[in-house]
Amino acid sequence: MTWTPGSASRTDAMMPPRPDAHPGGPAPVRPAAHARTGPRPRVARFTPAERWIHRTTAVLLGTCVVSAACLYLPQLAELVGRRALVVTVHEWTGILTPVPTLLGLVSRAFRADLTRLNRFGPHDRRWLRAVLRRDTREGARPAGKFNAGQKLYAAYISGAVLVMAGTGLLMWFTDLAPLVWRISATFVHDWLALAVGIVLLGHIGMALGDPEARRGLRTGTVDRRWAAREHPLWRTDEDRDG
Amino acid sequence: MDRNPGAAEHPAADPDTTPDPDNPDPDTAAGRGTPVGRRVILGMLALGAGGMAAAPWLQRRLEKFLAVAAENDPTGVTGLLPNGGGFRYYSVTSSVPHKNAENYRLTVGGLVDKPAGYRLADLRALPQHRIIHDVQCVTGWRVPQTSFEGVRLATLLDAAGVRPGAGAVRFTCFDGAYSESLTLEQARRDDVLVALRMRDEPLGHSHGGPVRLYVAPMYFYKSAKWLSGIEVTHEVQPGYWEDRGYDVDAWVGKSNGRDDAATT
Repeated sequence: MTWTPGSASRTDAMMPPRPDAHPGGPAPVRPAAHARTGPRPRVARFTPAERWIHRTTAVLLGTCVVSAACLYLPQLAELVGRRALVVTVHEWTGILTPVPTLLGLVSRAFRADLTRLNRFGPHDRRWLRAVLRRDTREGARPAGKFNAGQKLYAAYISGAVLVMAGTGLLMWFTDLAPLVWRISATFVHDWLALAVGIVLLGHIGMALGDPEARRGLRTGTVDRRWAAREHPLWRTDEDRDG
Repeated sequence: MDRNPGAAEHPAADPDTTPDPDNPDPDTAAGRGTPVGRRVILGMLALGAGGMAAAPWLQRRLEKFLAVAAENDPTGVTGLLPNGGGFRYYSVTSSVPHKNAENYRLTVGGLVDKPAGYRLADLRALPQHRIIHDVQCVTGWRVPQTSFEGVRLATLLDAAGVRPGAGAVRFTCFDGAYSESLTLEQARRDDVLVALRMRDEPLGHSHGGPVRLYVAPMYFYKSAKWLSGIEVTHEVQPGYWEDRGYDVDAWVGKSNGRDDAATT
């Protein structure tokens, strides 16, 4: 059972509503059908575990970035001072940033989403090509639960956090490695920090521009029409289970 | 896809964009799709390792380039880039009081015959020496050929009369927290100043003014800002950062696990 407009091959009659499908409505139905049944049902997008992984990661990485700015930008450093404390905050939030993701691996839904983020199909190449060409026509940017941009962002930030943690540890525990490594680590850490900062601003900017995407991470559910528009190839778990 | 130009008008005709009833989710269907995410992560790790390996060479090139760029940069943006040249402000306290010619005092005490207190005007009246040298911070940044001007520390020590048995000098600061130390031998060097001017201007507050220590041959954390006290002691007492793991003898290029090129 699917809820996308393109799923003409199936009908509601084939799929009896499931009582446990989702709060707020019967099993996924096509837009035309739920127009008859009152308020549009919402689609489950993220489990509580996934939302908490995102929240804690955001707090840790956010604090890490803000403390970095207070160490690095002269104006902020002058305003905040307290260098030893800020250094400690930066080190610990930085090294703890991967922890929510690692703990989250016990969640089946989270692991399933990591698989989705990892795998690129023909539709993702298509999505990227459309973005490069600034093609905004309907149907030009096919996406599953995550679009190709979100997949690339997830992989980029994961790799970047690991590199930052590694180079950070070399600077933190100076006895870990030969002298020249530490200088090189500082160099990589500084420049990658700049690249991470820019990409993070992009991430936050995209989220600010899409209230429904934010609602998805806040409440766990998204509007059915939003999902059909932004992620037309996405099949929810209940779709698949049905 | 290009091979199927009609896709936009007839989505059902395109396997890439159309839900397939037998293979509902293109992202989770087993065996489908390339693990690009994993490759990007591994690529980032490889890039990090490559960056580590290339850093010494890259850093030299970038420093040269940015030093030139910074001179022609009215916006100051280059100052925010890593190794973009220029000083960075480090303070270990939340706020530092401002001192001026009226309320600034520098005390000299400890194992001396004649403890003394200097006002700013008193320090200005003593013989001034000017040093042009690279400033090297232990965190990596360097400001080349920076001029500092002030009274030799040796002058103040001689005026106070160091007693026999003294072996070191301890410095305290009016930020209320910072401290530093030098051996007596280090403190008597020609290139150790109680600095009143930097870059031919009175030392500003954010650079540790009105008076800071300037220890030219050592990493810049030895050059305590906002200097307010000089105390002659028996032996070296580790300073603020030295209690937190920094080397007490902070020669540029030969301490703190660093091999920076010599400053000149």
